This record gives sequence, C-alpha cells and structure tokens, in this order.
Amino acid sequence: MINTVWFVLMFTGLVVSALTGRAEEITGAVFASAEKAVAVGISLLSIMTFWFGMMKVVEESGLLDRMFRLLRPLARFLFPRLPDEHPVTRSILMNMSANVLGMGSAATPFGLKAMQELQELNKDKETASDEMCTFLLVNTSSVTLVPMTVVALRAASGSLNPAEIIGTTIIATCCSTIVAIVLDRVFRPFSR
Amino acid sequence: MLQVSVTTFAAWIIPLFLLTGLVCAYQKKVAVFDTFVDGAKEGFPTFVRLIPFLVAMLVAIGVLRASGALELLLGLLMPLLTVFNIPPEIVPLALMRPLSGSGSLALTTEILQTSGPDSLIGRIASTMQGSTDTTLFVLTLYFGSVGIRQTRHVLPVGLFADLAGFIAAVIVCKLVFA
Repeated sequence: MINTVWFVLMFTGLVVSALTGRAEEITGAVFASAEKAVAVGISLLSIMTFWFGMMKVVEESGLLDRMFRLLRPLARFLFPRLPDEHPVTRSILMNMSANVLGMGSAATPFGLKAMQELQELNKDKETASDEMCTFLLVNTSSVTLVPMTVVALRAASGSLNPAEIIGTTIIATCCSTIVAIVLDRVFRPFSR
Repeated sequence: MLQVSVTTFAAWIIPLFLLTGLVCAYQKKVAVFDTFVDGAKEGFPTFVRLIPFLVAMLVAIGVLRASGALELLLGLLMPLLTVFNIPPEIVPLALMRPLSGSGSLALTTEILQTSGPDSLIGRIASTMQGSTDTTLFVLTLYFGSVGIRQTRHVLPVGLFADLAGFIAAVIVCKLVFA
C-alpha cells in the first residue's frame, strides 16, 4: 500500500516537472527536503528521549491500574456480553488505558492478547465477532490524553506554544470515537 | 470562553501528567531516575528508525511540490473544498493519515515547516495527526494476528470515523484558534 503511494508521489512529481520544464528545481528540492527531514528528526530526538524515559516511569507508577478502574464502566457499556471477570475484559481495558496514556508500545501487546482471547470466544474463526469489531473501531479512533509526538514535532518546528493543540485534539478524537461507536451499532446487524 | 478553557487545559495537561506519574511512581518506591534513564535509551534507536521514513516522504512531497503537481491537483479539488470551507493544504494529510503512520507524520512535518506550526493550517494538521490512529495498519495487524478474513463493516466505518474526526478537527480549530 505505502509502496504504491510513495511511487505515485515520486512518479507524478518527476513526470510533471519534466512536462513543466522544472528539472533544476527538482534536484534542488530533493536535497533541500532530505536535509529538512534529518533536521526535524534531530530536534525530535531530544523530546523523544525525554518522553520515553517519562513513559517508563509512568508504566512503573501504577497509573495504568488507576486508568483501568476509571475505564471499567465504559467497557461494560461497549461490551455488555463479555463477563466482567473474564481475562479478555482485562486485556481490552489495559489496551485502552495504555492508549489513553499514550503508551503505544505497551498498548499493542495487550491489544493482540485481547484479540486472541476474543478469537477463543468467537464461533466462526474467519469472521470478526461483534466484540472484535467494536474493540478495533474504538482502538483506531482512540483517545490519547497527550499526543506527545505531535507536540514534539511542533516544538521542533519552532512553535511558540507546542501544547496548545492538545485540547482540540481531544475534542476531535472524541467526535471520531463517537461516530465509530454509533455506526458500529447501526451496521452490526447488516454485516453478519 | 471556549478558547480560553481549551488552551488553558492544553497548557496544564503535560505538567500535571508528569507530576502525577512521578508522584505515583515515587510512592510505589520505584527507582524513578534509573527507570527514567532506562526508558530514555529507547529515544535514539527510535530516531534512527524514523529517519529513513522522514527522508523518503519529505523528498517525495518536496518533488511533488517543486514540480507544480500538488497545486494542479488541489486546483481540481478546489470547488469541493470551498463548499466545506476546508483549507486545501490539509487534503494530502487527510488522505495519508489512515494509510501510513510514518507517512502522515512526515506530511505533518512538511506542513508545519511550510505553513508554520502556529498558523491555522499548522494547528489543524497537528490536531488531525494527533486525533486518530493509522486505521489500515491497526486493522491489518490485529485481524491478521488471529487469522480473521471477513472483517465485516469495520473498514468502512473506521474510515468514516476518521473522516468525521478530520472535519471535527477543521471546525474545532477554526472555533478555538479564530
């Protein structure tokens, strides 16, 4: 997928530049863009290093468990047919908590475990169950409290207030999550 | 009122998050400094992994921009965008976001460099980048890991939710940062 996208971008650019006679600009653009990419990467490095350190502390701090308790009613609402004490509910909640706290690397293992456990409950092993659909839709439109990569990127680009987009991000993410949950309920019976 | 509360919340959330994390960890007798250093080691390898993606995408976009093709495409889409009042610079990012995480991160970088992070375009791009995950990647990974072939309504609904999020990003940013 990404291979096609990248090829089309490069191909279109090169062909159009040949047609418009901008060959020199293209060579300049290649070098300038590559340099820009490395420069941004280097300024990201500082904040990524700090944030990864901090996330490790948060992981050990037990915040995940507190978030877990906070999200439990939500899980009851989203997955009414899953028993509260079943291990799958725990995996789903841990995945959601890690996503909210922005711990992507911690979220993925919990998410994959949740999928395995949902698959054990699933009758038709090749077709997604209702719970799988809901889980993945909530997951892809997931709410993150601190979108640190974007904040870091803004800081690296010289923003005066890199964190100012956190509020708007949370509002936008809530909109997409609500749309996902509603449409999931609407289309669920039709896609069986 | 809305502007003040949304931006004040944004300004406080990182310090509060750091404080809560540190205090909870210290209470649990976690060796905070050692743990921090241990986690921070991941920074450099991530940087090394990220560079090829950033270079590949930024060069492709740079070439596209220098050739004039981007303006051509956006010119075609213009009538549709004006109807919904969507800034054209955002469109490539909205198309890329569900497909590739590193690709859209690179596009956001490009927009922030070109339009400036504190411009309306820069703020909308930041909001879009932060507000959703890479739908296609997540679905492929999670369904693939357990061998599900029939994914039912998940892909269309997921993509539509992304679209709703993008439109929300444009509207909210215009309201808050106007």
